[in-house]
Parts: sequence; C-alpha cells; structure tokens
Amino acid sequence: MAISKMTAAQVARKAIENHELFILDVRNKDAFEDWKIEGHKFEYLNIPYFELLDGVEGILPKLPKDKDVLVVCAKEGSSIMVAEMISEVGRNVYYLEGGMKSWSMYLEPIKVSDLTGGGELYQFVRLGKGCLSYMVISEGEATIIDAVRFTEVFTNLAKEKNVQIKHVFDTHLHADHISGGRHIAEETGATYYLPPEDAEEVVFNYTPLEDGLTVSNGASKIEIGALYSPGHTIGSTSFIVDRKYLLTGDILFIDSIGRPDLAGLAEDWVGDLRETLYRRYRELAEDLIVLPAHFMTIDELNEDGTVAKGLGDLFAENHGLNIESEEEFCHTVTDNLPPQPNAYQQIRQVNMGKVTPNNDEQTEMEIGPNRCAVR
Amino acid sequence: MAIKADVQLDVKGLTCPMPIVKTKKAMNDLTDGQILEVQATDKGSKADLAAWAESIGHLYIGIIEEDDVLLHYIRKSGDSEVVEKKFEQTITNEEVIDRASNGGFILDVREEAEFTFGHIEGAKSIPLGELEERLDELDKEQEIYVICRTGKRSDLAAQKLSQKGFTKVYNVLPGMGSWNSELSKEL
Repeated sequence: MAISKMTAAQVARKAIENHELFILDVRNKDAFEDWKIEGHKFEYLNIPYFELLDGVEGILPKLPKDKDVLVVCAKEGSSIMVAEMISEVGRNVYYLEGGMKSWSMYLEPIKVSDLTGGGELYQFVRLGKGCLSYMVISEGEATIIDAVRFTEVFTNLAKEKNVQIKHVFDTHLHADHISGGRHIAEETGATYYLPPEDAEEVVFNYTPLEDGLTVSNGASKIEIGALYSPGHTIGSTSFIVDRKYLLTGDILFIDSIGRPDLAGLAEDWVGDLRETLYRRYRELAEDLIVLPAHFMTIDELNEDGTVAKGLGDLFAENHGLNIESEEEFCHTVTDNLPPQPNAYQQIRQVNMGKVTPNNDEQTEMEIGPNRCAVR
Repeated sequence: MAIKADVQLDVKGLTCPMPIVKTKKAMNDLTDGQILEVQATDKGSKADLAAWAESIGHLYIGIIEEDDVLLHYIRKSGDSEVVEKKFEQTITNEEVIDRASNGGFILDVREEAEFTFGHIEGAKSIPLGELEERLDELDKEQEIYVICRTGKRSDLAAQKLSQKGFTKVYNVLPGMGSWNSELSKEL
C-alpha cells in the first residue's frame, strides 16, 4: 500500500480546520510527553520507533482504517522507516515531512482584520512552538512586530503585497525563540527597535523603543503606539495598533499571563507584572482586541486559526487578571513556575547578538514548547 | 580519557533511525556483560539510545561528548536471569561506608566503563574478569567489601576470593544499582 508525505503546512490546516488525524508519534516517550502536535480532533499513539524494529504487527489493531494515519518523528528518518513497515503490511499511511523539526518551524500567516484606509493586520501563527508574530500593511508600507527567525516568510508576504518594510519591533528580548527582527531590518533597511531596558547587553545597534513612541504606517497613517508594560522582562513593551488592537507581547496571553523569571529573578519583577496587568492595562479601553506573542494550547485558537480576544473578556475570564490579593498574585507567579523553555539562556545570548549559531544549532535550541506563561 | 569497551561501533554521520538499528544488530553479537561503545554524531541518539537500552534491559552506562562525537557505553545485560546469590557473608549498602572507614576497602568488580561513570569514592576497581590475575593487589588481612551493580558479579567475585583464601570478604547488597549517596566520576 501507499506511503505519502504530509507537509507541516497540511498538518497546520488540519489543526486549524478541526479535521481528524491519527498521529503515530514514534519519538521516545519523554519527547512526546514534553511536546507534540496539537489538534482538537487529533488522536495519538506514542510508540518509540526503536520498539518497532522487529515489526509493526503488534500495533496494527490500534491504527484506525477510517482516518489518515500520520507517522511523526523528530526529523523524519524514523517515521519513514515505520511508515514503510506499515505500508508493507497493507495499510495506507503518511509521514510528516521534516518531522517535528519542520513542525516547529512552520508559520501560517492569517489575516486578523482590515485596518483603517484599506490596511491589513496579519498574525503569523507558529503552531508547533506557539509563537505569534504580526505585520501591519497599508499603502506600500509594512511594520513587523515580534518576528521569528524565518525572515523570508515576512519578506515574502511584503513582496507579495508590494510593500516596503519600514519598522521592525521586538516587544522584549525573547528567551524562548530566536528573533528575526534585526535580520529583517538589516535586509530591508527598516528601523529595528528594542526596549533599551532589555538591551543593556546587546552588541548591535538598535533604535530605543520607549514608552509613548508612535510610528505611523502608510499614507493613512495607521498608528502604532508603544506602551511600556514591564513584568515579563524589565523592558517589555506593548503596542496599540490602529486604536483597536493591543499587542501584549509576553505580558498577557489569552488564558494565562507572562512569567517573570526568564531574564532574572521572579521576585524582582513580579511587582512590575502586577502593576502592568492591574493598573496600566486597566486604564485602556476594554474593547481593544488583545493579540499576544504566544499561545500555550490549541484551545486558545479562534475558529479561523487566529489568537485574539477582547481585553474586556480577558478581564472577566483570565485567571491571572482576577487575583485580588497582591500576595496571592505573587505566589501564583513565583511558586508554580513551569520548567523553563529549552536553551532559554543560549537563546537570549543569540538575541543579544553575542553568539551566532548556525541554522541547525538554532533549530536545536528552539525545539520544544515556548513555556513563557504562568497560569 | 579512553574508556574500555569490548566492541566499538562507528555510526558517525548516520541519522536516526540508523544509529539504533546498527546498535541493535551489533548488540546481538556481544555476549552478556560485554560493553559496546557506540560512536555517533546524531544528537537524537542521546535520548534514544538510553531509552532503547532500557526498553531491552541492557545497561546504558553513560555518554561522553568528545568534540562533535558522542560516545555511548552500553553493557549487554544478562542480569535479568535470576541467579541465586551463594556467598553468605553480606553487608548492606548503608553499612558499607562506615565499615570501610574502619580499615576495610571497597572492591568494585564492575567493568571499567561502569566504574568510570560513577563509583563510591575510594573504591578500587578490578573487573570480575580480571580478578584472578590481579589477586596480588589485594590484602588478605583487610576486610574487602565486594560490590557490583546488582550483587551478582560481586557474589561470584566473593566466592572466588574465598576460594583463594581470603576470609574477610563481604558481598555488598543490593549494590551500585541502588546506591543513593554521592558518587565520584573520573571523566
């Protein structure tokens, strides 16, 4: 029977459109438990490939015949081996091209909305890692916020839309993924902004991103305003786009809030986090739509695949915004911190420009979930 | 430093699943208790070889990273067969440190590679297979606490020492596999 490959893009569509898929994940158990492909209607079976070397007959009864079966491994080699074995005993089967490595890298651009004067706002959803990047487009110009390292995805969309990238922002010095912001700016001549409080150790030139800074995009001057909102890092800055969207970076997510410990001590920054979430954000209009820089689970995706929700809704529903006592808030965000993201200290060094790993090394550093939140 | 292995397997440059496919094949040709050194460059082999060894019942001894090469050490395990331990003088893991500090010494009869990746500080290493020819390194007047991973090899070693006229010999149980205190490494 036939063996076919499925690309990360095809899997992403299945996840977003809530299709069924049976995933036979042949990585070792720890890797699977730590991080897997998420989908509402996905089913899973985890059997390490090295337990299948003598044959797949034992697992055949567990593989459904009425659904697509996708074999997944870290890089693809083992999934092809297992898929071939399954196909030899008479079943149709898919393997994931490039494995979890390609899943971690895949980025799906989804249009969030139209903006004033024919502008558009795009959200780039990196399903495998839970990273979200943004691009504001209008009348020949583009602004990018929190770009991941696959710069060509952004420059390609800019080409397709025939726009010039003018401004590139990072809301903070990222610790879970490698930023593409500086490289996009170098390539396109755009201005690269970084909050100076986060940039004390960086070794390249940047334009300081300071509270109250406003840039406009395109002829209809879509306004992108910076709001200093520390807590995840000391420099963390939010953006208000077109007076309608609040880009929260890693401070506020749909179902969780930012963790304060990835660049220092949780105890030091928990006060800032409280101040940002309970005072600064409270002063904003509740009808702003929150667009965070991450999601943690697929449940945070809307039906169209975007990750966005009204600020007022979050005030009502997000547990992290509803802890009355300051003391309890402190405990919540410092006592039960999840494990830190893979290689987060190295990733910070890369984002400071202090080390320049090759592509494979960067991929290796970014393996696994983002873990920037605390619930 | 070089670690002693009975067989070397070169899977450098091969990517998953080949390192494990080849290791599995090579392991078939080893006899129980022998040590295989797997030389790999695929980083994925790190977690997978250990997990594979555990699933089969082999002992994954440890890994050394030398430049870009990962050296894995795996001992083919025959420990799963239950063998009755015959040597009657025994002592527990908990007792052995106190006793050793009163003039006796710990004799670790596991393979050198296992010893290198973690042993009780001050223990002397003589692998079971070399014991007979190295008896002159031991003192009949001292108390000797023989230890291995599960008590099986040390049982055989203790019997051998006893046959050779050593009387103050104890088998340490349950052995290094259950050792909870600090270990020293020589890597």
